[in-house]
Amino acid sequence: MAKITYIEHDGTEHVLDVKAGLTVMEGAVKNNVPGIDADCGGACACATCHVYVDAAWQDKTGEKSAMEESMLDFAENVEPNSRLSCQIKVSDALDGLVVRLPESQH
Amino acid sequence: MSSSDAHVVIIGAGHAGGTAAALLRQYGFAGPITLVGEEPIPPYQRPPLSKAWLKGEADADSLALKPLEFYAENNIDFRPNLKAVKLARSDKIVTLSDGATLTYDFLILATGARAIKLPVEGADLKGLLELRTAADAEALKATLGPGKRLAIVGGGYIGLEAAASARSLGAEAVVLERETRLLARVACETLSTFFQGRHEAHGVRFELGASVVGFEGRDGHVTGVKLADGRTIACDAALIGVGAAPNDEIAKDAGLDCARGIVVDLEARTSDPSIFAIGDVAHRPMPIYDRMFRMESVPNALEQAKQAASAITGRPAPAGETPWQWSDQYDLKLQIAGYAFDADEILLRGDPATGKFAIFHLKGDLVQSVEAINSPPEFMMGRQLIGARRPVNKAKLADTTVSMKEVAA
Repeated sequence: MAKITYIEHDGTEHVLDVKAGLTVMEGAVKNNVPGIDADCGGACACATCHVYVDAAWQDKTGEKSAMEESMLDFAENVEPNSRLSCQIKVSDALDGLVVRLPESQH
Repeated sequence: MSSSDAHVVIIGAGHAGGTAAALLRQYGFAGPITLVGEEPIPPYQRPPLSKAWLKGEADADSLALKPLEFYAENNIDFRPNLKAVKLARSDKIVTLSDGATLTYDFLILATGARAIKLPVEGADLKGLLELRTAADAEALKATLGPGKRLAIVGGGYIGLEAAASARSLGAEAVVLERETRLLARVACETLSTFFQGRHEAHGVRFELGASVVGFEGRDGHVTGVKLADGRTIACDAALIGVGAAPNDEIAKDAGLDCARGIVVDLEARTSDPSIFAIGDVAHRPMPIYDRMFRMESVPNALEQAKQAASAITGRPAPAGETPWQWSDQYDLKLQIAGYAFDADEILLRGDPATGKFAIFHLKGDLVQSVEAINSPPEFMMGRQLIGARRPVNKAKLADTTVSMKEVAA
């Protein structure tokens, strides 16, 4: 279990306990957090679960795969700390993780 | 009517219906929502049923769109194991299969589509399977394993994904396709040839131009598929994946406009302003192609759920979308944007032999659709080009040394 804070673009915070093994995307979607669309359900096919990972957590969330890198390269409003949240697996090590959501996923 | 006392009834708890319920709450709708589903479980993702789930890489919990408690917590009355049998529009009453009636202010029909059955001898044998629901997938999985042989009738995406999963579980797979190539209705010849080669390399057998005339059985269980040329293909189970038909009967009976599905406008509204139709069952306008058609895809279900939820809550309609879909087979990720309507040219970017290429379908110098294999840039930029209706430089598009960003610049 990890406590994850999702911050919407308008500043609204959602602090959720997310089960280890789920992805950061699933934690948001299953709790109906607006702003993460995840159209493909986690297949790394759509780039609509884009988040910004807070600086302190970038190392712990792991490396981007080539596929993720490539999808992100063509998403909107991408920053160096952008990730596809379907590609970040939740573990106890991510307890306290903070991610910010972009204005739009499309 | 204020939205706080309106009652939204959603018939069909698939990807479209489940998403519409959740979005209504996200958009601040405060009235009661009743979500009626034919299956025993709350809405879940269907695409993994032929892929990750079938291979044992995803469990039932991970497929659920929302956990079961989500519905009660959000005042969504989820009613499983039920379907709508009658719609009385003048009274705004829908009757369910258990005899209960629901009075609605807004009705969302998300009844989906059903697998087409083959009207041939032996079609009632056990071991003849289809793949639309979690229960179907359970039944299919139970037949797969080393030493087992699965016959797959229909060389479309469902059939090919099932073939790939069957092989990874050690079962034999033979695909029987009526047309002379795979994916004949949905993809171009280059892609058909490519997929056939990849599947053959993984040990899948193909019988093309093979017309199924019946099924043979022993003790009520299928043992083989009979072809028009007289041969019988032995099997332990047969998966039928020959397309789907919309569940639009209730709408037709109630006098709603229907074509190849329930006719809706850009807000997903039917010919009755209180009734919406979304997902596989809807026959919907797609302005970038200047026509109406019916789509069977998750992105389509999500888009229309957004349209209906926006209309009901008085939000502006979502911006027009470019339809897309995907398929995973072995290590191949296929991403398709758009449809090849009216295309007059096929342009290949990259070399299929490398397993990384994209096929662009052009109408003049406009991109109508792109089929991208392991090529996210081509998919992502192609999708933008389709939506923007902006002419493209074909020489650059065909040249892989020119990046997709430069092509679109």
